[in-house]
Amino acid sequence: MKRGLILCLFSLCIAAGCAAQELPYFVAYSQDMEEPGNLEVSFKSAQASPKYGDPFFSETMELEYGAKGWWTTEFYLSGQRTSNDSTVFTGFRWENRFRPLMREHFINPVLYVEYENLKRSDRSLLEVTGHDSISDLLLTNAQGGSETERELELKLILSSNFRGWNVSENFISEKDLNEPEPWEFGYALGVAHPLSMKASSRPCVFCRQNFTAGAELYGGLGDLEGFGLKATSHYVGPTVGFNIPHGPTVSFSPNFGLNQNSAGVIFRFSFSYEIQQIFGRGNH
Amino acid sequence: MHRQRIGWIAIAFLLAVACVAADGTWFAQVPEADRRRESPYAGQPEAKAGGAQLFADHCSKCHGADALGRGKKPSLRTKEVQTATDGEIFWLLRNGNRRRGMPSWSSLPEPSRWQLVAYVKSLGESNE
Repeated sequence: MKRGLILCLFSLCIAAGCAAQELPYFVAYSQDMEEPGNLEVSFKSAQASPKYGDPFFSETMELEYGAKGWWTTEFYLSGQRTSNDSTVFTGFRWENRFRPLMREHFINPVLYVEYENLKRSDRSLLEVTGHDSISDLLLTNAQGGSETERELELKLILSSNFRGWNVSENFISEKDLNEPEPWEFGYALGVAHPLSMKASSRPCVFCRQNFTAGAELYGGLGDLEGFGLKATSHYVGPTVGFNIPHGPTVSFSPNFGLNQNSAGVIFRFSFSYEIQQIFGRGNH
Repeated sequence: MHRQRIGWIAIAFLLAVACVAADGTWFAQVPEADRRRESPYAGQPEAKAGGAQLFADHCSKCHGADALGRGKKPSLRTKEVQTATDGEIFWLLRNGNRRRGMPSWSSLPEPSRWQLVAYVKSLGESNE
């Protein structure tokens, strides 16, 4: 059933002629927006074996739609499976990104606003904020599933493209809408570069221009009552992406925890493809 | 009080989003220095061939495999585009024309964008 669904989506992708030029970031955002009318479908997974906890595998499906040239909207559905425990659906996110400046500048700001409705058992780790730590990953699914967190997340994304490099800085703030908890903060930094600056003159799949390599660094910055690095977790890791011509993009990244509050290693994998002009806009 | 504060933050955010720059015809917006930029690959067949690969990957779904446009997506073989300078087309690829749905391709490295310029300019005019 699952294999059939994947094959079906893959066929749809090939038929639609994917053309995504994706950066291999899992947590950081760049200035890139979805092209208007296009729908990108992504599957992002995170796998880790936290110390004193059971290994888990988290999967998030992401639907990203280019509403306008300056507005991209995304909807996420997340779930996870924990060994010796269970498989659970953990909730959804709705995200919107806006580019206030129409032209390219040396630094390009993007404003990001997201509503999250996630159980505490969520392990998608799409951002790290406040005092998030390895102890959050030790909750059983029954413990984490009993509480749903409704949160507002705002980000300021600053991103630059120069000489083939992309450098992106994200400043994250998050507010729990359920309880009077203080604003929490976090950051994510990403840098990436294609392996070739020029396109080959012949059609090719495994040529260097289709690969992008980079690195990500992200973590929490405490909250309004205790801003800083104390009792926060941080991760860093290399990342690589492969844009298959007329096909999907696959990315991989091992993220290494930088302190005792972090999980040892998080293996991340993503598969994404873009369906062009999903509602037929612009077609004859 | 708590909800009111969130409301104010939401309003401030929306105002910031509303502060978008006006966008007219893109030709008129190209700075003179950019207009005069010359392609480092002008007349190089290999650059055109590389540009053709990039065009097929990134541009053809909107502009058509023949670059004659599809629906509201414009033809790239009009007199206006074909007589534009290399610098003007390069500027458009970098900045896009977001109000009209044309994304920025600044994520493509500069040499790749010049390859695209070489290919688009090689197509020639067509009134189809």
